[in-house]
Amino acid sequence: MRPKIVVALAGNPNSGKTTIFNNLTGARQHVGNYPGVTVERKEGHREYDGHEILFVDLPGTYSLTAYSAEELVARNFIIDEKPDVVVNIIDSSNLERNLYLAVSLMETGVPLVLAFNMSDEARARGYEFDLEKFSRFFDAPVVRTVGHKGEGMDELLEKIIFVVSNEKDRRNTHFVNYGNELEEEIGKIMLLLEEEPLLAEKYGARWLAVKLLENDRDVREKVTSHAIRKQLEKSYSHLESILGERPEIVIASNRYGYISGACQEAVHSTVEVLHTISDKIDAVITNRVLGIPIFLGLMYLVFYLTFTLGEPSTGWIESSFKWLGDNVGALWPEGSKSLLKSLLVDGIIGGAGGVIVFLPNILLLFFAIAILEDSGYMARAAFIMDRFMHKIGLHGKSFMPMLIGFGCSVPAIMATRMLENKRDRLVTMLVVPLMSCGARLPIYALIIPAFFPKAWNAPMLWIIYVIGVLLAVASAKVLRSTIFKGESVPFVMELPPYRMPTFRGVITHMWQRGWLYMKKAGTVILGISIILWAMTTFPGLPEGAAERFEKEKQAIGASEAGSEEKREKVTSIENAMTEASLSTSIAGRVGHAIEPVLRPMGFDWKIGTALIGAFAAKEVFVAQLGIVYSIGKEADEGSSALRDKLRANYTPLAAFCIMLFCLVSAPCMATVAITRRESNSWRWALFQLAGLTLLAWVLTVIVFQAGRLFGIGI
Amino acid sequence: MPLSNVEAGRKVYIVAVGAGQGLQGRLAAMGLVPGVQVNVVLNSPRGPFIVSVKGSRIILGRGMARKIIVV
Repeated sequence: MRPKIVVALAGNPNSGKTTIFNNLTGARQHVGNYPGVTVERKEGHREYDGHEILFVDLPGTYSLTAYSAEELVARNFIIDEKPDVVVNIIDSSNLERNLYLAVSLMETGVPLVLAFNMSDEARARGYEFDLEKFSRFFDAPVVRTVGHKGEGMDELLEKIIFVVSNEKDRRNTHFVNYGNELEEEIGKIMLLLEEEPLLAEKYGARWLAVKLLENDRDVREKVTSHAIRKQLEKSYSHLESILGERPEIVIASNRYGYISGACQEAVHSTVEVLHTISDKIDAVITNRVLGIPIFLGLMYLVFYLTFTLGEPSTGWIESSFKWLGDNVGALWPEGSKSLLKSLLVDGIIGGAGGVIVFLPNILLLFFAIAILEDSGYMARAAFIMDRFMHKIGLHGKSFMPMLIGFGCSVPAIMATRMLENKRDRLVTMLVVPLMSCGARLPIYALIIPAFFPKAWNAPMLWIIYVIGVLLAVASAKVLRSTIFKGESVPFVMELPPYRMPTFRGVITHMWQRGWLYMKKAGTVILGISIILWAMTTFPGLPEGAAERFEKEKQAIGASEAGSEEKREKVTSIENAMTEASLSTSIAGRVGHAIEPVLRPMGFDWKIGTALIGAFAAKEVFVAQLGIVYSIGKEADEGSSALRDKLRANYTPLAAFCIMLFCLVSAPCMATVAITRRESNSWRWALFQLAGLTLLAWVLTVIVFQAGRLFGIGI
Repeated sequence: MPLSNVEAGRKVYIVAVGAGQGLQGRLAAMGLVPGVQVNVVLNSPRGPFIVSVKGSRIILGRGMARKIIVV
């Protein structure tokens, strides 16, 4: 086999890196996570001129310091996995800032190709580049590209092959001169690093010395030699005193100096450069008076698009799964009690349907988010919400996932990817299930009309939603001041100029995330549905009971009643049978077993069993209650028979407690699975599960006991 | 004077950035280092604070803008 060429794509956020990655690799992509961190790792293949090339899309970064998980991942990839070539995608309409990363890459000594992307925009703004000169400054070929039009891709591939086949020892060929004082100290540290040949060989002595003086925590941990650490301390404080500034700032300034020098020689600007249009739009969109209404309007649109346009296809998916279930079920004779049939129809097809039913919403949601992100609005929205979100200890961007949570927690938790800070992201993820999702609505819709006068119906629903929001805000605040203590990150963010999102870019973003959901969450959710199926099916009715029901049915068949009457009687026996079998099933037994815990909240084992079903999906609660009250599986939130039964068995206070518990308690298993996936640890998923359930229990017990004490609603 | 006091439309030079170490590194990578010229694009009272530095737009919290000293 021909040797495979590994090419890493590096670049600033908003440099158009992903578009180029998509252009280069087309559909041959693989998305995963870097081990241990929630940073996406995207890979794609391309064959060119007889070479097999593997492209790795590194996370968007401004530099190669260890400031964020993304930067660390990008740097470790370049240093540890030693790609054959690094292509740095540069937004050439924003050249100087983007070249900072190019300088950092050059200093690692890795073979480099620079892609001056968005060169059409740069030209429109009046920039002209002397690529020859740039090539000499950065010791790397420079290619002009226009990502969204696919221009320059062949030339880029050519240069990659050229660099690979002409590789030479590039270490120490090009570097930034940091001025006499710094160079002297760099030299001293490099000398000591000769004693550490392993480190020096891997990272390059000069690079290590510079990073050490930059006070890079990750690199400092790698260097254990006492002599070097001592010298470093001496050099650092010496430099700080003579330069009057921390060395890392002087180093950054010098890099910019190098870039300025290069640009002065190689860039010719023909007109005054202005972001004029973007600035005019920003004056309106980030305006204090108009900003929030515009933001709320757009959020409403996203919400509407996701959960209203998704509705028909959701219904369509539901009915096709029902059709599939019915047809598979028809393979067995009617009334068959085959376990395989039940596993296939109720367990696997029902479970898979439960996963795929979310897909239209998820795709639409990511479609809307991709448009907001690609157009540049997301950065503005984050700023607009930042003032409020900061008060509860979160970041401006946390607002979006919390809003989406009203629809479904699964896409909401996936949307926390927008948050760069890990702390903010985890807190947001943990509190999202408190935003009452759409699947909980059937529970309220069943209970509220059954127990409360009509005039109270709407306010009651509103109260439930508000309780959720208030709890989310309070929990975020508590989490932020306990487990996730730490200063919140001050708000600094680049505002990319507004751009027209491309259809292809938006579709690709949407598809990649949607597929990830299907693949990873799908397998876990399916597994848990099968377990839940087993819990409600086994061990089945005891021998005697099953026979008794059969006999009763036969007796009716033999009786002289009219056929209408007969059918009714048979149905009622079948319902009683389902109830009996659920009561003896594992889920039923668990329901009985946990009754002592449920009592203080005013619940009995029947509610307990329904709650176990609700863990599969919140809306299952209603169907499960239907089974335990022998109304049959088809019970829905509009069932008046079920409402009558409930009214006969519970007080309004207990009913309110049921709703409160369902609102706060255990997020459904899809949420647990997605939290596990997105936080990359079972610990957080279980913490969320246990924490919310405990919170729900405590709150519900307090409400129920207080209500009883004061005689409210009994 | 602090950057937050500069009116929109004026060009100033950064003298010092008084942020925590990690943040200072981040700001430096975004181009906010001493000696650099920044152009204040938008500075409405209690509203957003947008500066232009090296051709890119950066939006800052007001607290952050107070910590950047300019002339």
